[in-house]
Formats: sequence, structure tokens, C-alpha cells
Amino acid sequence: MAQLTYRDAVAAGMAQEMRRDKNVVFLGEDVAAAGGVFKTTVGLLDEFGPNRVRDTPISEQAILGAAMGAAMTGLRPIAEIMFSDFFAVCWDIVANEIAKARYMTDGQVTMPLVIKSGNGGGARFGAQHSQSVENWAMAVPGLKIVAPAFPADVKGLMASAVRSDDPVLFFEQKSLYATKGEVPDGEHVVPLGQANVVRQGSDVTIVALALMVPRALKAADILKEQHGIDATVIDLRSLVPLDTQTILREVAKTGRLVTVEENPRLCGWGAEISSIVAEELFWDLDGPIVRITTPHVPLAAANNLEDEQIPNADRIVAGVRQLVD
Amino acid sequence: MTPVAAARSPQSSINPETRLKLYRTMQECRMLEKRAYDLFMQNLIKGTSHLALGQEAIAAGFGTAMQPGDYTFCTYRGHNHTLVRGVTMTQILGELMGNSSGLMRGKGGSMHLTSVKHNMLGSYAIIGAHLTIANGAAWSAQYRGTDQVAVCFFGDGTTNIGAFHEALNFAVIWKLPIVFVCENNLYMEYTSIHDVTAVEHPAADRASAYGLEPVLIDGNDVDVVYRTALRALDLARKGGGPSLIEAETYRHGGHSRADPGKYRPDEEVKEWLAKDPLPRYRNRLLQMGIGESELQRIDDETKAAVDEATETAKNAPPPPLELANKDVWADGGSAWRN
Repeated sequence: MAQLTYRDAVAAGMAQEMRRDKNVVFLGEDVAAAGGVFKTTVGLLDEFGPNRVRDTPISEQAILGAAMGAAMTGLRPIAEIMFSDFFAVCWDIVANEIAKARYMTDGQVTMPLVIKSGNGGGARFGAQHSQSVENWAMAVPGLKIVAPAFPADVKGLMASAVRSDDPVLFFEQKSLYATKGEVPDGEHVVPLGQANVVRQGSDVTIVALALMVPRALKAADILKEQHGIDATVIDLRSLVPLDTQTILREVAKTGRLVTVEENPRLCGWGAEISSIVAEELFWDLDGPIVRITTPHVPLAAANNLEDEQIPNADRIVAGVRQLVD
Repeated sequence: MTPVAAARSPQSSINPETRLKLYRTMQECRMLEKRAYDLFMQNLIKGTSHLALGQEAIAAGFGTAMQPGDYTFCTYRGHNHTLVRGVTMTQILGELMGNSSGLMRGKGGSMHLTSVKHNMLGSYAIIGAHLTIANGAAWSAQYRGTDQVAVCFFGDGTTNIGAFHEALNFAVIWKLPIVFVCENNLYMEYTSIHDVTAVEHPAADRASAYGLEPVLIDGNDVDVVYRTALRALDLARKGGGPSLIEAETYRHGGHSRADPGKYRPDEEVKEWLAKDPLPRYRNRLLQMGIGESELQRIDDETKAAVDEATETAKNAPPPPLELANKDVWADGGSAWRN
């Protein structure tokens, strides 16, 4: 076990797979010589050389199109979209092309590619560099979606994403880049589609993703210490495939569900989970489902305004107490 | 605009066998596309379809010049480009009719013909996207060290969308083995390309922006297309990077099934029908001493093949219902949860 930052775990996961398979190539803006604007890919150019680690122009459509064409013809590309907000300028390639190619061709085309992207708020970048857009992707059939919260999962999910024969969108939460955690040495693979119960409680089940996971854990500590409420916390890790078995099992135990999303309110992933639980577990619920989200507004740049918007431990505590008390 | 060397001597050095192949390929495209039109009129083909009647010389010229390993990327006006790579007429008509004889058993339809085993890597229905995707296939060939070339066909309207610019610049800086072919049929859907474009020649006049040679050819002369294709493919295969070719042509009908093409001046239609690539090439072959009977035999064989394919496709059952939710994922299924 080594202590790695979330940021270094990105490169560790990619390097692990690039050593294993020479068909894994990597492209994006400022990713090679500069090592990425968030320094998530430092060292890859030195180790794997300029044929496998390539800088591109500011051309998001060209980047993802190149990744798609390469994936169709035998490579396993990883492409970087620097900020996930930029998916809006290349969404055609993601939603119309990459996601549909296998289906439309009656299974002829295989699309083993990964798109990694800096996602989410908390870094004071303002409304066009801070969004959580994983729910955009969740609305499109044909995309797998992961969003790790901890360095070990960053490395392990990157490995699974690269090995997947389906396209995977890999969302890195920007505010987590500097966080540290234990990461297994040697080969480390975390399967797609498996949620992780990161805290076991008995009173309420909190379902969270990415930056919301450490905040939910902090809230759980406060709930226990100050209010005597014992919360289960589930780190979803993957949105597609969605580990509904773990969610349903844990909610059945506590009888209460709180989802915590960084997405703006409407059509956030918590709405889908709430719907599933309401349909399939209604008679096991002891109270209404509570969704805690960013309000349905763009994100502000100022410290206090952005902090007011994105769910934090205090808001999670308040949401849980509203349900449990 | 300086015509390229290839266009200056259309009569030289193509052997008779190849010429007959070019003729046959154009005739197959023509007759199949006409049959698709008839089947629409009989309401046997639903949805939409974009016919390339009149544009056969481009598909035939490139299809004949390409090697089996080369990749084709084209637009929703792609029946011809699919046929020339070796996909059967039955599979194309079956896909248009949405039944189990279709190339993708009705899952794609007219606008998405794809045959991976023929390296026909897709017909794309969002303008511009496939130029970037073709780059990826070319990059893959370059990385794997093969001598494959990607050929990417698109219409004049594509030159005004952002992906065109991104793809051209990207292909040049990575020196990719790719040939971009603009089939300029003078209309972006219903609007004259000249009314919406800053330059006279939508692709060729922009080539210099990417450091490429401007190449403007008569896209209705199959010999010219064939020679130009050989030259561009050879350049790409030898590591010389991309080409951008603008081939001037004309579609004989409207943009799609819904469009009778009434916006086109009668004089213009008349002028271009006189440049129809098929009778034009037929006459050239006759002048070169190829016998009328030989050409007639090709015509008859092609018609018989189209008739047979029509019957086979017409009589095929609908796709099995289980296909509706299959093949979203590589495991063959569509499950998004456990």
C-alpha cells in the first residue's frame, strides 16, 4: 500500500494499463508535455513516448472522434476532456456516435474507449468550469459512467474502464485531486457497477457519489456524535451500470433513503434512484425519500456563494434529521 | 483554381478491364438507387432516404481505387459507398426495407449502413462528425504501422460546420493517412451552397488554410475521380499525409425522400443531366472501341442482379423482436442495472 493523491492515482491507473497493453493510447489537450492542467497524467509521456501519449489542439470533437475511430479499429484509447463542461461542445460525438455505434450496426462495432474528465465544483472556477455533468451522460443509452471518490478506486476503476469493451466516461472530481488515500501496489482493478458500503449504520442510508462521499461520511460522524443517528453511507462509484442490489439491500435495512448529489436538482441521478426505491421498496420505507442536491441554478465563483450551493455536511445532517427525527 | 494534373489527361493509362469495372460499378449504383426510389414509391421503404443518383462516379472511382484494407466513412447519402465496398444489394435493400435480410437487420436504416468486415466503417447522419472519426481510424492505421488509408466522403454543406475545421487541422498536424472527399452537389439540403458559403469552392478554396493543395475535380468523370483517388491514396499510404479533394457533381433528385428539388432552376438541371456520368462514360468506352454488346451485357447483368436482390429482400421476414433491446453493450445486452 502506498499513500497516493487522487491526482496521482489517475496516472497510476493509466500507467498500469498502458504497461499491460500497447494498444492503450492517450490523447488530449495539454496532457503529454504538460502532464495535464490538473497534473493527472504527469510522467506518462516520459514512460510511454510521444506515439502513445499525444497532445492535441483545442478541438474536443476532433479528440473524441479520433478516440472513437481508433477504438473501432483495434486500439483502446483514453481521451481527456479537460473540464467536463466542455462535453457540451463535443456531445454529438459522445451521445450520437460513440454511444449508438454498436446498437445501430447490429453489434458489428466495438467501442473500447475511456473519456476522462475533470468534473464538479468547489474550486471557484465559476459556472462554465464547475458543473457536475455525470447525469447528462446517464440520460444516454450506451455509456458507462464512473465517478470515484477515493484514490484506490481511481486506480482500480480506471483499470476496469480501460479493459471494458464498452465506452466509459470517467469523471474525476476536481476538488478531490489533492486528497490522499491508500492505494494497493501492483495490479489493482475495481469492477464497474459495484457500489461500496463505506459506512454501515442502522437508521438511514445515504447514497452519494464522488465529492459527496467524503461529505456524507463527515455528516454521518456528526449525526452519530451529536444526534445519535447511525447512518449507512454508500459510495455508488458507478452510475452505469447501477448497483441497485446494494442500494435496495441497504435501504431495506434502514428503511430510510437520502441521496446526495452535486448535480443541479432536475433530473439528477438521485431522482432515478429515488424512483427505483419508491417502485421496488415502497413498503419497506419508514418515511419519504429525501434528495439533497445543488439548487437548480448555475454555480457561482465566490467562495461563500459556491459553498452555499453545493451540498455540504451540514446540509446532509439537516436533511437526514428532517427524515429521522 | 488550378485543376490537378490528374484531371488534365482523363484518357490515359487506365486499362480496359478497370474501365469496365468502373462502368459496371457506376451502373450497379445507378440501378440499385433507382430501385430504392421505386420501392419508396411502393411504400416498401419507410422513413427517409437520401439518394445519390447522379453522383455515382465518385463512389465508383474511389471504390475501385481503394485497397480492401482501406476504410470508408461516408454520410447518410451512402448507399453507393457501401455497395462499392462489396456489400450485397440484398443487404442494402433489406436494410432500407427494415427487415432481417438487411445489413444491420433493420437496426440502423438507410442513413447508417455499416459493414465492418468490408472496412466500410459507417454512414453517419450528423453532419461533420465522421470526419473526426475517420481521423481516428487513420491514426490507428498509422499507430499499428499498416498501410491502410481512411477515405472520408462528405457533402458541400459539411464544409461549414465546425467539425470540418477541427478534423482537417487535426489530420494535417498528425500527418494522418486519410483522404477527405467533398462531394459538392451544389446544394446543402434545399439551399444553394453558394448562398451560404464565403468562398466559391467550399472545400478546395479552404485547403490552403490547412497547408493542403487545392484539388478541384470533375466529379462526374469517373476516370478523373479514379486517377485522383489513386494519387491521394498513394500519397497517404507513403506517409505523405492527408488530401482534401473537392469533386463537383449533381444529385438528380432532391435532398431526401421528402424533397422534389423544385428549388433548382430548370436550366441548371438540364445542364447537369447532360453531364450525367453514366451515358458520358458509356460513350467514351464506345469511342475507345469497347463493343456495345459488352456494355449491354453489363447493363443486363446488373438489372438482373438488382431484380434478384429486390425479390430476396422483399421476401425476407421482419427482424426478430428480440433485436430491439440487444447490443447496447459488448455483452450483447442492454442492462444498465443489476
